[in-house]
Amino acid sequence: MSSYNLSHLKQLEHEAIFVMREVAAQFERPVLLFSGGKDSIVMVRLAQQAFFPAAIPFPLLHIDTGHNFDETIEFRDWLVKKTGARLLVRTVQDSIDKGRCAEEKGINPSRNGLQTVTLLDALEELRVDAAIGGGRRDEEKARAKERFFSHRDEFGQWDPKNQRPELWNLFNGRIHQGENFRIFPLSNWTEMDVWQYITTEKIEIPPLYFSHPREVVNRRGILLAKSPFNTLLPGEQYETRRIRFRTVGDATCTGAIESNASTLDEIVQEVAAARKTERGTRADDQRSETAMEDRKKAGYF
Amino acid sequence: MDLLRFTTAGSVDDGKSTLIGRLLYDSKSIFEDQLEAIERVSESRGQGQVDLALLTDGLRSEREQGITIDVAYRYFATPRRKFIVADTPGHIQYTRNMVTGASTANLAIILIDARKGILEQTHRHSFIASLLHIKHLVICVNKMDLVGFSEEIFNQIVEDYQEFASRLDVPDIKFIPVSALLGDNVVDKSANMPWYVGAPLLATLETTYIGSDINHIDPRFPVQHVIRPQTTEWHDYRGFAGRVASGVFKPGDEVVAMPSGLTSRIKSIDVMTGPVEEAFSPMSISITLEDEIDISRGDMIAKPTNMPKATQDLEAMLCWFNEKPLALNGRYLLRHTTRECKAVIKEVRYKININTLHKNQQDLTLGMNEIGRVRLRTSVPLFTDPYSINRSTGSLILIDQDTNNTVAAGMILYDTGERPQSDWDMPSI
Repeated sequence: MSSYNLSHLKQLEHEAIFVMREVAAQFERPVLLFSGGKDSIVMVRLAQQAFFPAAIPFPLLHIDTGHNFDETIEFRDWLVKKTGARLLVRTVQDSIDKGRCAEEKGINPSRNGLQTVTLLDALEELRVDAAIGGGRRDEEKARAKERFFSHRDEFGQWDPKNQRPELWNLFNGRIHQGENFRIFPLSNWTEMDVWQYITTEKIEIPPLYFSHPREVVNRRGILLAKSPFNTLLPGEQYETRRIRFRTVGDATCTGAIESNASTLDEIVQEVAAARKTERGTRADDQRSETAMEDRKKAGYF
Repeated sequence: MDLLRFTTAGSVDDGKSTLIGRLLYDSKSIFEDQLEAIERVSESRGQGQVDLALLTDGLRSEREQGITIDVAYRYFATPRRKFIVADTPGHIQYTRNMVTGASTANLAIILIDARKGILEQTHRHSFIASLLHIKHLVICVNKMDLVGFSEEIFNQIVEDYQEFASRLDVPDIKFIPVSALLGDNVVDKSANMPWYVGAPLLATLETTYIGSDINHIDPRFPVQHVIRPQTTEWHDYRGFAGRVASGVFKPGDEVVAMPSGLTSRIKSIDVMTGPVEEAFSPMSISITLEDEIDISRGDMIAKPTNMPKATQDLEAMLCWFNEKPLALNGRYLLRHTTRECKAVIKEVRYKININTLHKNQQDLTLGMNEIGRVRLRTSVPLFTDPYSINRSTGSLILIDQDTNNTVAAGMILYDTGERPQSDWDMPSI
């Protein structure tokens, strides 16, 4: 006689699979937002599981800032080939060229904010009614109030004070013309859960997440990697350190941490002992107290 | 490691957010940068000590007003358990948030201010927890530091609460005297209250047994999606994908599909890593059957010896969430398991005064944050069980057809005699 108990990780997995299937059932033109980061890699795995043995019934959409780590793009292309998923790419550079947005002024312009323009344009162009994202409620305080099915008005905006109540597992995905939903299957996962899941399921991730030597510059406590997109300020210089990334995003604002963790088990141990949140390494979140809330209201991931 | 989902309820200023902050802080689930951020804010506001409530108040207007507006979800873990916390606001206009938080919770923490004792809101929060069929309540009598850690005051509140709780439907109620602000009996046992011999809050959360909270008796499988790969390798594969709502399914089991009533046997239960020997709630699986039966989303797979009731006439306790009050004979969209249909509210039988728990049969309007018993007629049969024995097949939401907003949550009741007695329609209320 078995005990009919699921571990917390299995509960989260089955919950996310349920959400993926609900998206396929309730929407006509969903996409899965794919950044190449670990959360979106886990989402691809969950989508595979949700529809096995059929293929994932919706395309992956990569909003490409152009400020990528090479490893991210190599991995993306490898994963797409391996899973047989359909990949769509829309670039921030294209939005800039079309005059939809302008590069930030000053040193070290980040395209993180500009992604929102490209994303909203892509959702409109592709007539997407549901965009599945890897956002987790533990990441940031504004995200803690996010629903699994998060309604966006025709301008792509989020209205946190007027969200639809979400009860039991009854998700209301009904929309009017021009509106859409952001769907967050990983809502209840923590950073630790994601790493434990990657470890137990033996999910492959880009080498950026493991310890390696790299040239970085220490800017106000954030270690930025040397790349064609970053410029040194007067007095700064690159130095080689053993680092890894806890999150992988735009190369201009994703900070590395010093680490010797070169296996998944070592990463899990490091996460367990970590004293800073993973977004603590993101320069974009440190811009103001409510930086994430403001970006989310405007339509950010 | 298992998972406990709990919700917190209390009146404004009872210290809910502080209590959650304290749990996160003392269980070392708060990161340096989060702590530094709230230290900065506390300091800029001239507060003497770090305001732990800031950890859960995430939105700009919440921080400005020092109140919680929306359900905030928090996560922490101890070596024994993982926790998901739904921190819900206590103001009357946000009752819907407590219902939302309670709908997925195993346990509810209800805060009482030791100086004020039991208030109307305490009744309301307890009633909602009972209505949503939360089986475990932990009553935290907070701010004990402000009443000199008095055993008499605590005992009086416990006595008052027990008298009231006899009218609730909650099998497990515990009482803990705490000071969320100072940390007494939150994670560590309080040195200020040696008279309290029970466990502190965290240990209580870690050890509350929830293994029997899920229904493993009545097999129910609402079909969510049909998987048809149509590839050479999987040419004839037809899998019925969904999440087991309750009960246990095994290959070889004789099953019945509703509404067709056709029977077959389970050929396999599949997940991506291979076939499994059994499936139970809340597993997401695909079922293949021995026979070709027409089944689609919204249908239900059960067993011929244990079937839900198929009905177009429902009795339900309804919590109303919208500014626009319930429209008698109005048409709504209704969502129940994976089925969506139209529904008409035929009758409001009574409204419950959620503060006094009295039935009101005179005023039958149901407005925002009000709760009442209604009779519904649906456009197609639903496959239901009473909410008291099955949270999945006993719950529903109503959606406004014009705005698409979720306007109500409902818990299905059965009349006495039809099925095991439901305790919802308690004679005393």
